[in-house]
Amino acid sequence: MNKTIALITISTLGMVWSGSLLAAKPYILLASTTSTENTGLFGAIIPAFSDATGIDVRVVAVGTGQAFEIARRGDADSLLVHDLAGEKQFIANGYATERLEVMYNDFVIVGPSDDPAGISNSEAVTDAMQRIAESASPFASRGDDSGTHRAELRLWQEAGISPQGAWYRELGNGMGPTLNTAASMNAYAFTDRATWLAFQNPQDLVLLFEGDDALFNQYASLLLSVQQYPHVKHDLAAQWHQWLVSEQGQQAIEDFKVDGQQVFFPNAD
Amino acid sequence: MLTSDNAFSTALALILSMDSALISIVMLSLQVSLIAVFIASLIALPVGAALALWRFPGRNVVIVALNALMGLPPVVAGLCVYLLLSRAGPLGEWGLLFTPTAMVIAQVILVLPIIAALTRQQIEALHGEYAEQLTSLGLSRRRMMPTLLWDARFALLTVILAGFGRASAEVGAVMIVGGNIDGVTRVMTTSIVLETSKGNLPVALGLGIILLVLVTMINAIAHMISETAKRRLG
Amino acid sequence: MNAYQTPPVATLELDRVGFSRRGQTLLKPTSLCMTGCQRTLIMGPNGAGKSLLMRLAHGLLTPTSGSVRWQGEPPAQAMVFQRPVLLRRSALDNLTYVLAIHNTPRQNRKSQAIRALEKFGLAHLAKRAARVLSGGEQQRLALARAWLLNPKVLFLDEPTSALDPAAIKAVEDAVLEFHHSGTRIVMTTHDLHQARRLADDVVFMHNGELLEHTPAHRFFTAPTSSEAGAFIRGELVW
Repeated sequence: MNKTIALITISTLGMVWSGSLLAAKPYILLASTTSTENTGLFGAIIPAFSDATGIDVRVVAVGTGQAFEIARRGDADSLLVHDLAGEKQFIANGYATERLEVMYNDFVIVGPSDDPAGISNSEAVTDAMQRIAESASPFASRGDDSGTHRAELRLWQEAGISPQGAWYRELGNGMGPTLNTAASMNAYAFTDRATWLAFQNPQDLVLLFEGDDALFNQYASLLLSVQQYPHVKHDLAAQWHQWLVSEQGQQAIEDFKVDGQQVFFPNAD
Repeated sequence: MLTSDNAFSTALALILSMDSALISIVMLSLQVSLIAVFIASLIALPVGAALALWRFPGRNVVIVALNALMGLPPVVAGLCVYLLLSRAGPLGEWGLLFTPTAMVIAQVILVLPIIAALTRQQIEALHGEYAEQLTSLGLSRRRMMPTLLWDARFALLTVILAGFGRASAEVGAVMIVGGNIDGVTRVMTTSIVLETSKGNLPVALGLGIILLVLVTMINAIAHMISETAKRRLG
Repeated sequence: MNAYQTPPVATLELDRVGFSRRGQTLLKPTSLCMTGCQRTLIMGPNGAGKSLLMRLAHGLLTPTSGSVRWQGEPPAQAMVFQRPVLLRRSALDNLTYVLAIHNTPRQNRKSQAIRALEKFGLAHLAKRAARVLSGGEQQRLALARAWLLNPKVLFLDEPTSALDPAAIKAVEDAVLEFHHSGTRIVMTTHDLHQARRLADDVVFMHNGELLEHTPAHRFFTAPTSSEAGAFIRGELVW
């Protein structure tokens, strides 16, 4: 009995430890946003980078606000986000030294197919948002201080509306869960196009408004400060930073498709 | 549309595909939770037994604290470990954040109070039954401890399984300290969260079914071992 | 081995030993002296304080007043309980366990344990789990375990009250075996026949009070207290 138990324990632990001894490849830790991870972009472009450099990229995909926080605490080697104002502030605070624009996609507004607020023929995004507010149609906001949430709040402000009331639901959640919730309560939602295209559970939601220049969504890579974060793998991170804007990196982004559609558009200088 | 029907068929398809990514996720889940439960048991079994055997000032405070910590929200445990292991935190130099080791640490914190508190109850009950006989045989409390732990082994197996259940089911802690990094710290529960957020509900539920089946299998094996032994040993 | 070849057993002296719990007196101050290699039977109805007195004498409980003293070194002691507490392992392992506790060299444990099993007619059950043995077998195993401790004093608390007649006989034989090897016997019972068979002297208790301590032949023929008389006539309910 004793021996059996000892044997089981030892063999289980042996099996269990063996896994952790593997993996010694150099890597960087990239703090980025859920929109890039959920669409599968990283799964498509990181292997190309790894093949070229031998460096692995480990992605922690969180909201932009949390991504900034992870990097600010020195827990990431690199940062890829989409919030121009936040990025500028981050550099101004001395946490990062260089910002390179990598690619863009755009935001869209999705909502119930019968479009109760009638936004589909709006002139501008501010117009569409005014119609939603005036008709008090349910609107699901992420409310999580992410890049998308920050963009949404900026547009409400430009539309001259401070959204509040029973129709405006702040969920405090990621893009995917917000779309799930919007689908189940038939609400409008503000989302990036990539996440929307990759989203599998739209139910009655359809894309209702797109194409305004104000919906432009720029992604940028930030190089962290060597002085602030001496322990960070700056050499490896710099290779990733440069690769993203290189011809090869830009091509990899361009080649990435969701259901045959390109969702990120490389636009490095 | 999501029906439970296609969740089951998705789960089945996932299993049958023997997808290497899925296997590594399953293995990592088991690895993290089993190591966490093992380490937590090494600490919590003697601590629980000691709490049962000795009276000392502050003992009741410790017992109440352990009982309360059994309900510690995983996210809070995760956050504490995150702040500890973050570069800006006291243990930042270890560079453990966003690694499986960090996940193990967080789960040890979650599981330890459960195992310690339930062990104390089991050992206290058994001590009530054994104390006179063992004292008569000339055992000190210190020497009673291993005897009681060993004689309570079947009950303690259930206690350890309760700890394993909590470890393998929680997502809040491993999500924060692991970061759900593909191929590195992605486990069953964080995959479920990720698939849900992609709106991929059949896959999410399919993964949930696989997790449930695994946990059920481990419990069934433990139950069988314990029942057979109990019948044999009384 | 017999009583005359072994050194005498140290005298145990209970000096005005009292015991109370939560303000309730369970044992009134009691003085008692146990000496030589006697078989002392503690008798009395339920709740008289028999088990309590025995636990105080064995040292399992500390008196709240008075003192329990051994003249000289306290001798090796063992106790057999009404319901034996056996460990969740085989009969043999239950015995090697106490040998390990008492620092018997590892290589000697098994042979000693097997000899003890044989002595108490349990050799064929060596590999069986202790806790699935019958009541009588369990009690004999508890006696075998006590045997391995080489006790100079053996306490037994109602060791046969849950057993059938054949098993009672086996336990009584075992008790005599201990006695022949020079062990003092202190045993509680409320079985008068058993007391007549085994007792050299009798301690009679009632309501937490020691009423008399007399040689057995006098106790059964001419008890001094009226309660003891009533007890012997079967008029005191237990």
